[in-house]
Amino acid sequence: MSDATLPKPTAPALQKKRGRILGNPGLVVAALVLGLITLMAVFAPLIAPHDPYVQVLDDRLIPPAFVDAEMSDPRYLLGTDNLGRDYLSRLIYGARISLLIGLLTVLVSGVIGTTLGVAAGYFGGRVDTVVSFLITTRLSLPVVMVALAVVAVAGGSLRVVVLVLGLLLWDRFAVVMRSATMQLRNLEYVAAARSVGCSTPRILLGEILPNLVSALVVVASYEMAQAILLEAALSFLGLGVQPPLPSWGLMVAEAKEVMLFDPWVILLPGLAICILVLAINMLGDGIRDATAPEGRS
Amino acid sequence: MSGEARPILELRNVVKRYSVGRGLFARKRALMAVGGVSLAVQRRQVLGLVGESGCGKSTLAKMVLGLEVPTEGEVLIDGRPIASLGRLERARLVQPVFQDPYSSLNPRKTVASIVGLPLSVHGEGSAAERQGRVEEMLRLVGLAPRHAAAYPSQLSGGQRQRVAIARALILKPQLLICDEPTSALDVSVQAQILNLLMDLQSRLGLTCLFISHNLAVVQMLATRVAVMYLGRVVEEGPTAEVMVHAQHPYSRGLLASVLTPDPSLGLPETGLGSVFPDPLDPPPGCAFHPRCPLAFDRCGVEAPLLLAHRGNARAACHAAERQAMAAA
Ligand SMILES: Nc1ncnc2c1ncn2[C@@H]1O[C@H](COP(=O)(O)OP(=O)(O)O)[C@@H](O)[C@H]1O
Ligand code: SF4
Ligand SMILES: [Mg+2]
Repeated sequence: MSDATLPKPTAPALQKKRGRILGNPGLVVAALVLGLITLMAVFAPLIAPHDPYVQVLDDRLIPPAFVDAEMSDPRYLLGTDNLGRDYLSRLIYGARISLLIGLLTVLVSGVIGTTLGVAAGYFGGRVDTVVSFLITTRLSLPVVMVALAVVAVAGGSLRVVVLVLGLLLWDRFAVVMRSATMQLRNLEYVAAARSVGCSTPRILLGEILPNLVSALVVVASYEMAQAILLEAALSFLGLGVQPPLPSWGLMVAEAKEVMLFDPWVILLPGLAICILVLAINMLGDGIRDATAPEGRS
Repeated sequence: MSGEARPILELRNVVKRYSVGRGLFARKRALMAVGGVSLAVQRRQVLGLVGESGCGKSTLAKMVLGLEVPTEGEVLIDGRPIASLGRLERARLVQPVFQDPYSSLNPRKTVASIVGLPLSVHGEGSAAERQGRVEEMLRLVGLAPRHAAAYPSQLSGGQRQRVAIARALILKPQLLICDEPTSALDVSVQAQILNLLMDLQSRLGLTCLFISHNLAVVQMLATRVAVMYLGRVVEEGPTAEVMVHAQHPYSRGLLASVLTPDPSLGLPETGLGSVFPDPLDPPPGCAFHPRCPLAFDRCGVEAPLLLAHRGNARAACHAAERQAMAAA
């Protein structure tokens, strides 16, 4: 049969996908904002105008120009904090901590949750019973209280926060991956792969996992936002990252004492947390919509 | 069938029971998907397996592919029990073409990596050699070299089924299992894929178990036909014999549906009513008796055995037996 009798491949799927991404302004804005924050975090030493740790006690609580033009100082674009440290530099370095904690937590929880969920979904039976029990157990733990208790005992540090959050936030990964894998397991291409002689690990890595990636990215974005918020909360309570690290949550906490007279000190890091979490959530939503099957976005 | 060479595929009284839960508190019950099937496929033969949807054809295919384990009985491939074969060994002997080309190809892979997967799993040849064999295979099933880089979503249903056929044939298996390979396709494309399969069968000398719910389709390819009803084979014989004088009333009903003027207009009209029995609660005696125009008292009590009454065909029917005895 000659090639001429065959219909040509249908309209390139890639172009359609690109259209869907660019046609979603939320996704584009979120990606831009996140890209900007990431660049800021990565190149913090090059961008930050000052050392975020250096205290200039003569220059304490200088307001930024848009708060009080007369009192402001052109050397400190966003003013200085209680200890005379450049606020802009601390905010820039703070992005590092938030992103680092978000990414590392998602790495830990993603590996745990995906492994459990995929195993439960693919093997079913007793494996599924055990995993479902683990998920139920995990869901019955109040995240904030457990995190507070553990950090209070183990002492706050970046490593402890990542570990505690990573060990707590895997449930959504497990639930979503479990049900997605259950659907994939029954598809004919999995049966075909088995018939062809693929081993179980090869089927899981080669056939199942690639089809879970978009769901994985969506869950990861929600969990990353969650982790960043929890880190901020823990640090605010003095149980997370320890001073003098410029965590945004810690900055909010340190600003508590002066917030009545200088509300901008608390507003700026609060706003930074808000924008970052919003951008990550919007990115997750956007990716979910862009990768949804036709007519189901 | 005695005296012939060792069959490529032999099923010995194969049974598959599923235990299904009905509702939250109801006790699990046994569903007999395949109820004791014995069949053989000789080298270079095509055995057509027909029957209504739900009669157990796919379950049978899965057991032959090693994807399901029989509850009872034995599946022998080239004389060896399938349970004794390793997964790579088994893959070299049997390969499937499934019904739905939309779910049988991984959407994240290119055509070249789908068709080349069997070769890389079996560690055959260098990357360049594998690529050459993939291209050769694509040409054989009527695809162009440019299709190698395409993703399944860029292909039509017929093209996808060609890819599935290429994947199944690249290991040169002894036995090809086609489970309704055309029934998910447009009518016009069905003929193309059937022609391709017929062409490949004669060129490569394939041995094939060809499953369909459409007797007309089976007739085009099959050397022998087996008719299944509710998990059992009710008639089996050379295609010409079954098509010309079917002995089982159910086969005759299927044939009547083929002869209706335009089978593409809708569901085939079997003249048997449309009540397929509940497999959880099969009728006693001959499972076909509630629909059978020839049923008599014995049918509701005693299940008929698959026996040769006339010619080279076997049928499981009391009426056919009575007729044969009257003729003798
Ligand atoms: N995994 C399973 N669990 C329970 N019942 C099943 C399973 N697979 C098939 N069945 C049942 O077995 C019967 C035969 O199904 P199948 O082999 O798919 O029929 P066909 O391919 O002829 O349409 C049906 O009643 C179906 O509901
Ligand atoms: S055994 Fe009886 S009920 Fe069954 S097909 Fe034959 S005549 Fe009909
Ligand atoms: Mg089927």
